[in-house]
Amino acid sequence: MARVPQQSGEVPQVQDPFEGVDLENLERSLMRPRTLFDLIMSGLVTLMTVLALIPLFSVVWMLVVRGGQRLSLEALTSAPPAALEEGGGFGNALIGTLVMVGIAGLISIPTGVLTGIYLSQAEPDEKAASAIRFAAKVLTGFPSILAGVFAYGSVVLLTGGFSAVAGSIALSILMLPTIVLTSEEALRMVPPKVRDAAIGMGATPTQTVWMILVPAAAPGVLTGVMLAIARAAGETAPLLFTALFSNYWLAGNGSVELMQPTASLAVLIYNFAGVPFDNQVELAWAAALVLVLMVLVTNLVGQALSPRRVH
Amino acid sequence: MLAEQTPSLTPGRDNIVIDCDINQLFYGTFKAVRDTQIPIVKNSITAFIGPSGCGKSTVLRCLNRMNDLVRGFRFDGHVRYRGRDIYDPNVDPVSVRRYIGMVFQQPNPFGMSIFNNVAFGLRLNNYKGNKAEKVESALRRAALWDEVKDKLNKSGLSLSGGQQQRLCIARAIATEPEVLLMDEPCSALDPVATRRIEELMVELKQQYTIAIVTHNLQQAARVADKTGFLYVDTTQGGRTGYLVEFGDTKQLFDSPKEKHTQQYISGEFG
Repeated sequence: MARVPQQSGEVPQVQDPFEGVDLENLERSLMRPRTLFDLIMSGLVTLMTVLALIPLFSVVWMLVVRGGQRLSLEALTSAPPAALEEGGGFGNALIGTLVMVGIAGLISIPTGVLTGIYLSQAEPDEKAASAIRFAAKVLTGFPSILAGVFAYGSVVLLTGGFSAVAGSIALSILMLPTIVLTSEEALRMVPPKVRDAAIGMGATPTQTVWMILVPAAAPGVLTGVMLAIARAAGETAPLLFTALFSNYWLAGNGSVELMQPTASLAVLIYNFAGVPFDNQVELAWAAALVLVLMVLVTNLVGQALSPRRVH
Repeated sequence: MLAEQTPSLTPGRDNIVIDCDINQLFYGTFKAVRDTQIPIVKNSITAFIGPSGCGKSTVLRCLNRMNDLVRGFRFDGHVRYRGRDIYDPNVDPVSVRRYIGMVFQQPNPFGMSIFNNVAFGLRLNNYKGNKAEKVESALRRAALWDEVKDKLNKSGLSLSGGQQQRLCIARAIATEPEVLLMDEPCSALDPVATRRIEELMVELKQQYTIAIVTHNLQQAARVADKTGFLYVDTTQGGRTGYLVEFGDTKQLFDSPKEKHTQQYISGEFG
């Protein structure tokens, strides 16, 4: 655009381009309300974080101090002591927890991962898929004691007694929704272009899922599995009605007694923490430390596997 | 009527590998493409050009049934591959894609080694022979061998964008498809990598038949033997794409028969 010439007689004024800029505004000052507010809020957030961490660290501290005293090879490998007996340990409960979580995993991991695959591949408007997804979400917040009651009604009463299998089934109910939902999520995070590439190559839907999508989603799926295992290992309520407790070893006389009442760390802690004998209370602390360490390690493995990079 | 029309489009009928005739194509209730007939001649490069949303990618994806993955996809017409309608209910879309391969807009190698990327199609088909030989040959034909021969075990994702796209081409040709569909294969690449892929396409047409969608008119002019111009028809309320003109690339660019084509090529809109 051509400039319209100034009217004659009017002198064009040169404006200071920095007029109105007050450099004092650059100085840091607590007198400005928003600066003050910002400072207070930052302080508050720090304080609350510290407060939230106090219970966590005090529990860990107590466990290490009190449980650590009694933690020994004997405690890890012996059967529980009788009422006034000295020594003993929780070896049978450790094995019981590992076996029951293991069986629960055998039930819930294949079921959960396959369900997750189905959900991730289902059309958005598929009714069955939405129903399953909804059920899984509800089950995530399912009170764990109800899983125990369910397994009691459906397994213990049917088979005629408390057993490791009943405990495993109760735990698998708690593991299932976590595995289903994290598997679905992990599979959905695989970019569509990767799926297109496989299908464009002439892969069948099954080949696409197993050769491309599942390997790409594996770290995410494993994280979900680890979280589920960590949760199941620490559960007490579902085992009270199902596996109960036992002072004896799961495997005796060369056979594994999966249909007998079975000890677990969580129930051992519950039982021993409430008795008036020092030996048992000490063992409960040591068992608690072992249980927390197991859960911690499982969680850390899950974290380490969690996907950092996608395509 | 079709019987009369087809021969006029097909000089030397035997050379037509894919005979595409789309009457109407819907996504749900949305009519995406209408009245598009494109014969694809063996050992040639056929380009589809046109403004965004004119349905050129949709037409390309019809040719190996990739549109089957889109919800609500409906198709009225036929796509004959060597005379066989690939939309016949007895035809398995999975097998169609093994004969008619595809290279996508975004380079999409799998998160596995370069070797396994190329060998993927061989694994799909349970190929029992010498995989290493096939992989090397595919990488050579895709002009990537010299750059990756020392790192075949590295992830395909570690390559640059242009190399990734050539890896995808190698992956697509490793199973010896007859036709290669390329959906804007250079749009995510810089000019040097683009030129590389274009040279490659011209080499590959000796052995394969190529159909390419491109936004880049110069690219179509440089590489394509035949070009189809698609345009969007907004007169019936929707945005329906249709084929305006199809012919030899030189004729279409130098002396287009249709006014729309002439306007688009001269940059008056688009």
